[in-house]
Amino acid sequence: MTFFTEENRTLAHEIIGRYPKRRSAMIPLLHVAQAQAGWVTEEAMVEIAELVDTTPAEVLGTCSFYEMFKREPVGKFLVNICATMSCALAGAAELMEHAEERLGVRAGGTTPDGLFTLASAECQAACTEAPCLQVNYRYRYRVDADGFDQLVDDLAAGALDDEIPPHGVTARVRQHIPAGRAVGAVPPEAVAEEPVWLAVADGVSSGGAS
Amino acid sequence: MSDTAAGQAAPSTVEVTINGVAVDAQPGELVIAAAERAGVHIPRFCYHERMSSVGMCRMCLVEIDTGRGPQLQASCMVPVSPQMVVDTASERTQRAQEGVLELLLINHPLDCPVCDKGGECPLQDQTMAYGPGESRFVEEKRHFEKPIPISELVHLDRERCILCDRCTRFADEIAGDPLIDFTERGNETQVLTFPGEPFSSYFSGNTVQICPVGALTAAPYRFKARPWDLVETESTCTTCSVGCRIAVQSSRNELVRYLGVDIDPVNHGWLCDKGRFAFGSVASPNRVTTPLQARVPSGTTSDLSDDEPLRRFQPTDWANALGAVAAAIRAARPGAIAVLGGARGTNEDAYAWSKLARTVLRTDHVDAQLSDGLPAELAVGLPAATIDEACSADTTLLVCGDLREELPVLHLRLRGAARAGTTRLVEIAPTTTGLTRNAVRAEQCRGGEAASVLRNLLDGDDPLAGELASGSVVVVLGRSSVSESAEATAEVASVISARVPHARFLVAARRGNVRGALDMGLAPGMLPGRALSASPPPELASAWGELPGERGHDATGILTAAASGEIDVLFLLGADPLTDFPDSMLARLGVSGAGTVVAVDSFVSQSVAEADIVLPAAVFGEKSGTTTNLEGRVSAVGELVTAPGSARPDWMIAAELAVLCGLDLGFVSVEEITAEIAAVCTTHAGAIGPELAADGVVASGAAFEPEFPPEHVAPARDAYGLRLVCSRKLYDGGVTVSQAPALASLAADTVLRVHPVDLERVGVESGTEVEVHSDRGALRLPIVADAGIARGNVVVLFPSPHIDVGALIDATAPVTDVRIETRGGEAPR
Repeated sequence: MTFFTEENRTLAHEIIGRYPKRRSAMIPLLHVAQAQAGWVTEEAMVEIAELVDTTPAEVLGTCSFYEMFKREPVGKFLVNICATMSCALAGAAELMEHAEERLGVRAGGTTPDGLFTLASAECQAACTEAPCLQVNYRYRYRVDADGFDQLVDDLAAGALDDEIPPHGVTARVRQHIPAGRAVGAVPPEAVAEEPVWLAVADGVSSGGAS
Repeated sequence: MSDTAAGQAAPSTVEVTINGVAVDAQPGELVIAAAERAGVHIPRFCYHERMSSVGMCRMCLVEIDTGRGPQLQASCMVPVSPQMVVDTASERTQRAQEGVLELLLINHPLDCPVCDKGGECPLQDQTMAYGPGESRFVEEKRHFEKPIPISELVHLDRERCILCDRCTRFADEIAGDPLIDFTERGNETQVLTFPGEPFSSYFSGNTVQICPVGALTAAPYRFKARPWDLVETESTCTTCSVGCRIAVQSSRNELVRYLGVDIDPVNHGWLCDKGRFAFGSVASPNRVTTPLQARVPSGTTSDLSDDEPLRRFQPTDWANALGAVAAAIRAARPGAIAVLGGARGTNEDAYAWSKLARTVLRTDHVDAQLSDGLPAELAVGLPAATIDEACSADTTLLVCGDLREELPVLHLRLRGAARAGTTRLVEIAPTTTGLTRNAVRAEQCRGGEAASVLRNLLDGDDPLAGELASGSVVVVLGRSSVSESAEATAEVASVISARVPHARFLVAARRGNVRGALDMGLAPGMLPGRALSASPPPELASAWGELPGERGHDATGILTAAASGEIDVLFLLGADPLTDFPDSMLARLGVSGAGTVVAVDSFVSQSVAEADIVLPAAVFGEKSGTTTNLEGRVSAVGELVTAPGSARPDWMIAAELAVLCGLDLGFVSVEEITAEIAAVCTTHAGAIGPELAADGVVASGAAFEPEFPPEHVAPARDAYGLRLVCSRKLYDGGVTVSQAPALASLAADTVLRVHPVDLERVGVESGTEVEVHSDRGALRLPIVADAGIARGNVVVLFPSPHIDVGALIDATAPVTDVRIETRGGEAPR
């Protein structure tokens, strides 16, 4: 146990406690790990495996399924420029070219100062605002070359730190449910024939036709 | 979901129509399985009847009509329903199969000419049978580094993989070692291990066997043979006493591969890697191929280096060697001949030696166990349970070593049963074991104290007592450590049988055919047919004539007698007491104190190196006959390759020795011995014969009621000491591992393992080398913390490669207490 900070290990145990099966906490813990280091390190996966009582291979299997869990270092700001239809028509390729020049890295690369990772992304569901990009999944709409330069300057100067946390941080304020108010989850083996949330009237099954 | 069934009994069969033929299927049965039983083969890659269905490969698409018109559905995912109509050969089905194969082959490299699977490849075969003939895909295939080793034994070629999920499912569901998993996604999906964490499962070889393409290959078999060149015979693995059914395959008179054969009562098609890859020892260059005679007497080997044990011997021929043995037999005092071992051979070998010992050598000093099992009367006489019964009992009580290490496929069966909820496992052990996490309850105990823990549970107000009293109970009973006496384990049987009289036992004997050897009377006071010499069955008495009067010594007694010069001829029948007998000092004194030591063996083991005459024995794969597994199930072993040099089966050596001693054992072939066993052993009368089915037959119960040893309270522990527990590992210091090239490097390290709190009391860092002292001796070993060890125990591997752990053990002491010392200085001798 060397990866998680004391605080995050406490958080990990709290998260694990929410689930009837430890393994269910795997993805939330991957988020915690990514928030701590900015990406998911091998040490993090090994430690998560230990915490949720499985093998690192299974954690890797799950982690690698999700594009947004990064298994290589990324910059403090991950800039995803949309490359799908609407944005492409509205100049996304030119924007990417400009971004590559401005940051001095190709799409997929990270600036030497570790501040920016530039990436090309699939549709971000903001087609009316094309061309759009995301910085750590926070939108910027109708971005042109000047706008991009301004954005990079602001990010580098820390002017947007309040709005855009470093990569990996999903939330700055974490909700803690007091033990007394936690409903708790029903372990699968304790679930009766019907899903627990369906009321079953006397003698009449609510599920499906008989 | 439906309450229509409330009023009527559920139908026992479901009638479905498959390709126009009415078929009675089992309720809940999958369409693919129902079709298979009805003789209709539906092609498949991912479906495996011993694992859950996942519908990954889509190869089993067939047209299924459940009243809404025919739909293409994966027949491995759809259970039968009444009036279902299935068409596995319709035009649409055929087009679907062609389409699926075309898709599966998009990225497959089609490197069949250099692929081990070529010739027996489901992808190759089904492409020929159901494929479109040509592909429309002209794009570049995906490329990966060609085979990467994912463990010492298994190589993975990701280009060939069709992502059927068989290996990953097996690792997770069956083996419980999810060390491989799908990683990445989409077009990048691939099976991988975690970096630095190899697929070092004891069951990894099964993934090679069930891989429907050549993606997983076994290192020992790679490029060794082509399937069409293989010669095959069906046999029964004798690496441990589970007795898994296997297909033995050879090429050019050399064993090259074992495959698991699926039989319901035992192995379900699975094998452990030790059983699967141990065949390498058969063709080992270290085999003894010719009789050897010592040039210098044993005990005077000081001028010879350890690594050249053969230099003590000179080769001779059988006539000379057997003549010398016969002369030694004739010169021996009455009752001064002893036979140790016999658990390695077939039942026929054991019977021949049992008969030779009693009728020719006139001795009852015979023991197939090396004080590492239960007392023979109990092993044979306890009310027996089968593996199936252990997997379906209301409660299965585990009081034995770690089954994953000792009897791996029994571990798989019990693990599967616990997961399926067909039995509840309750474990009492000095450490956590492979089954601990599957047990509903695991009690830890100090070494040798399982009986008192159990007594406290059953005599107190623990709910376990009620659970055992009200339901069926199977006890898997074995020695969890050889550093405690056999009585400690026997006492468990006493405690249980006194309180749970309906309990039945599955004796976790380890050695390949130890059960068969005991059944054939290779134990003092025992006779073939699970009988006691005190009351020989009439069939046997008339066939064997007069028997030695006095009950002989067991292994401990034989070695003690030999140490004091009372044994003139000691036969070692594939036995290596210097390695396997728990008390190595007694073993050494016994072997060197015996007059003439005759070893019948296939390797120059530590003990064989001390012998006067070595007779080369044929091994598994080189001889036919029958073997008996831990359930008492008799099944056939097959002969496939020729024994090297002039090595011959044990029974033949016994028969020839008898002739040289002026007597005739009355058989000249394995078949004649098998027939004689069936004739003189009422227990085996219906069980063995030339037509033994793959499942084998469980021979009937013992001819006597065992006497249970009295219960006694384990001695108090020395408060400053720790209790020594000798645990087994699958890959240990034994010959099977050390002589099999594929396994030799896997042998476990020898360390002392203690609970972290105990390590704190010792006061050193984990990994520090310490001295461990017993009454008997001392060793210097690293000590490490292991939270799985019960407080008060110190666990060490036995037998250990290169480390004489037996030096700590006194065979006559009930338990072995040790103390750890941390002072530096020279290693104690």
